[in-house]
Amino acid sequence: MSQSNGNSTYEPKVIAYCCTYCAYTAGDLAGSMRLEYAPNVRVIKILCSGKIDALLLLRAFENGADAVYVAGCAVGDCHFLEGNLQAVQTVAHAKRLLAETGLEPERLEFFHIPASAGPLFAQRANEMTDRARELGPNPLRNAVQRNAGGKLPQPIDNGSSLPEAALGRLIRQEEREVVGTNRNETGVQS
Amino acid sequence: MIVAERKPLEQIEAMAGDFEKILVVGCGTCVAVCMAGGEKEVELLAAQLRMKAKLDGRERVVDEITITRQCDTEYLDQLEKHIDRYDAVISAACGAGVQFLAGRFDDKIVLPALNTLFIGVAEGAGVWTQRCIACEDCILDQTGGICPMTICAKNLLNGPCGGTDHGKCEVDADNDCAWTLIYKKLEKLGRLDSMREIQPPKDFSVMAKPGKYTHAAFEAAQDEEEQSDG
Repeated sequence: MSQSNGNSTYEPKVIAYCCTYCAYTAGDLAGSMRLEYAPNVRVIKILCSGKIDALLLLRAFENGADAVYVAGCAVGDCHFLEGNLQAVQTVAHAKRLLAETGLEPERLEFFHIPASAGPLFAQRANEMTDRARELGPNPLRNAVQRNAGGKLPQPIDNGSSLPEAALGRLIRQEEREVVGTNRNETGVQS
Repeated sequence: MIVAERKPLEQIEAMAGDFEKILVVGCGTCVAVCMAGGEKEVELLAAQLRMKAKLDGRERVVDEITITRQCDTEYLDQLEKHIDRYDAVISAACGAGVQFLAGRFDDKIVLPALNTLFIGVAEGAGVWTQRCIACEDCILDQTGGICPMTICAKNLLNGPCGGTDHGKCEVDADNDCAWTLIYKKLEKLGRLDSMREIQPPKDFSVMAKPGKYTHAAFEAAQDEEEQSDG
């Protein structure tokens, strides 16, 4: 790994899974308020933070994200009653899995961000980006795709991303490694 | 159903060692329900194994497949066309599934990803409890549907021991006394009389292992087969 913490070429990639009703709305509000926050954060809107799955979180790291956070409603405010509470559990479980694998669990976090909290949204985005900077690049990044030029490593709309029930179907590693067409240029062996 | 837990990754990693091509095989029945070895858990385990290898700078390909059951040859047959390509197979099934898979493909190294725990029920979200020890002689009709063989620490069949303490067990105060539960249930059912029936000593010889069972409908066919073989 050639990059280090102090290396100025390192720009963390941070993925934010935001629930539609609170966190994503807070993000909208942050925009309306003209608040500036780290551009490293890629926001992914999900219907409810309870929809988040340990698999999605692990897959983000497997594909080179430096930090990931899930943002849901404040306690008691979930539009689906307790989706945010389930998300807290899921994130805690995913943190355990990360630690077991050898990645810093601090790269993953859950935040409660109410819809009215534009400044909090910006603060959390900066906080997570700073944390990713402190922790340095995700060591898996090299193996995935270094310097993806700030682009997502795959086209956003790449067909169905919902898992299908696949009893009896062999799933090859390639299918799980969702990387772009320039994969071989990065020196990753298939 | 059979309840199992996943082994710590460290242990699985130690077994997987330097194998470069690994197939993780899940089981879509009992262990899928107890969130140990189903489709999703296989996906998580495979992701962890891949990440671990990358972090250690090793080459490793981890593919995944989950079949309906690993304890039936029909489903194991689905693996036949894939299995040759792998150095090792990690089976996320109960001990029975792992052995059946290892027996079906006897030139492959098959590694267990789970620890099999017991026959149990889903008590609540993410909690399972043991309810049956497979004693091969069910007496639940006389005990109001509560199994003293499983729940009583001493396997007592004729009422509680002297260690029952306000409905708790003297062996472990966190556990209920089976016979207090049975008494209350029989009282509710108006069948306390069945407490007076003396149960003969349990015949543990029927629990001799390995167990084997042939369904009555297949006995004749099996006998014929054995005769023609002989």
